[in-house]
Amino acid sequence: MPPSDTQGHGLDPELPILTTTVERIVQWARRSAIWPAQFGLACCAIEMMAMAASRYDIARFGAEVFRGSPRQSDLMIVAGRLSRKMAPAMRRVYDQMPEPKWVISMGACASVGGVFDNYAIVQGVDQVVPVDVYVPGCPPRPESLIYGIVQLQQKIARSRA
Amino acid sequence: MTVNMGPQHPSTHGVLRLVLELDGEVIQSATPTIGYLHTGIEKTAEQKKWQQVIPLVERMDYLGAQSNSLAYALSVEKLLGLEMPQRVKDIRVLIAELQRLASHLIWLGTHSMEIGAVSMLFYAIRERELLLNINELLAGFRFFPSYIRIGGLREDLPRGFHEAVNAFLDRFPKKLDEYEGLLTKNDIFLRRTEGVGVVSREDALAWGLLGPIARAAGSDYDVRKYFPYSGYETYDFDVPTATEGDVFARYRVRMQEMRESVKISRQAIRRIAPSGVWACDDSRVVPPPKDKVYTEMEALIQHFLIYSQGFTVPAGDAYVPVEGPRGEHGTYIVSDGTNRPWRVKMRAPSFMAIQVLPKLIQGGLIADVVAVIGSTDVVMGDCDR
Repeated sequence: MPPSDTQGHGLDPELPILTTTVERIVQWARRSAIWPAQFGLACCAIEMMAMAASRYDIARFGAEVFRGSPRQSDLMIVAGRLSRKMAPAMRRVYDQMPEPKWVISMGACASVGGVFDNYAIVQGVDQVVPVDVYVPGCPPRPESLIYGIVQLQQKIARSRA
Repeated sequence: MTVNMGPQHPSTHGVLRLVLELDGEVIQSATPTIGYLHTGIEKTAEQKKWQQVIPLVERMDYLGAQSNSLAYALSVEKLLGLEMPQRVKDIRVLIAELQRLASHLIWLGTHSMEIGAVSMLFYAIRERELLLNINELLAGFRFFPSYIRIGGLREDLPRGFHEAVNAFLDRFPKKLDEYEGLLTKNDIFLRRTEGVGVVSREDALAWGLLGPIARAAGSDYDVRKYFPYSGYETYDFDVPTATEGDVFARYRVRMQEMRESVKISRQAIRRIAPSGVWACDDSRVVPPPKDKVYTEMEALIQHFLIYSQGFTVPAGDAYVPVEGPRGEHGTYIVSDGTNRPWRVKMRAPSFMAIQVLPKLIQGGLIADVVAVIGSTDVVMGDCDR
């Protein structure tokens, strides 16, 4: 829970009441239950699955509910290389997500094109969608992606509702 | 009615797109659209030196990463005329079989998750993590170790490798029994898979489906038996086959293949000495040992040449197929005698599998599409490249 108001504001300190702002409680709720879209592109998607599965268990951070429909999710993890043919489809997935929404760019290819500096791969998905957190690696370890999600949670906590 | 499935769909194994023509729930026709993961790997490979292509091909069929690099390395070694020491061959066999297990585990987890057995994914990934630990031990990388190199291996086996592999091989058959206990006689699983997506032996061979799909339809073609590479002829193993050609037959063949892989891996790990040679002795390709680089001028020059210019490969072409997790996987390479490949062409088993998808799902129910896609075990990175 957000830190309580220690001033008391005339309330009986024995009462089981916490005071906070609406904004803080909304952001607390948002960051504690991030629902990622089930959107995998390439190799990184396998590490994303590994992050969700038995060993790493992203449920510990409240982000295990992978939704098949973008309309039910608020985080898009761009996991893998984005080809020019796929870019409009990915933008469409992003546009279908309801606000507020966040994007994690997972891996070197999604962030900057990686080893594939050629005609086929978009050199960074930030050319197509706004990215909140970049996770480096090829592919990143599941720990890296979990760290990325924790970073995103802190970013949500800092931002205004 | 026309239904567009993909490229963003939770169960199309990546970015496969299918355009389905429906009559009620029955599929009239299906048109796969590929290319959503086209990465230009074959073209990029032409700009890299021979050894630098290894990481690229590993990112192609990302589930069977080390079968890709094995196929590529074998082709280049054929052009160079290199013969590997026995220990290197055995280590490569072991790595290829462990990679097959890792790939089949992902197939098992996702395929059964898509047709309702969600918890299977967690079981399969539990064991796969142990295989990734072995990769990490080998080369410090979970996913794409790039451990197989042209001319041998990256370095010698690390300490604790035998213990890790043996521990896995002791544990895994029991876990396989556990998986089979969950699925093989599971009534829901049987009803979703039996008689679905049938392909005949003739069709499978005509469409070029060499691999578990063809073997589930009655073919016994396995590259490891017909065109042995890396010393597979000296290993004792069977090629599991089935005749039904449906989704369930493919499931049985792959489960049995995993048991055979364990068998091969056991034989391989017994043959491999904990330390010894890990590359051939061709100084054109293999850099000299580090202590010589620090003490001898010639070794230093050779080391510098290999890492700056790379090595040249005699002009010509070569194709060496390997039995990847998805079927015959080969790399056709053409060299013009320089230090970069002139052409690198992959024979991608997923591409063949996607060609035949419309045939498999036509006349079936829309609910079976997901089961059929899962059973063909396509990797879009392999198909689109």
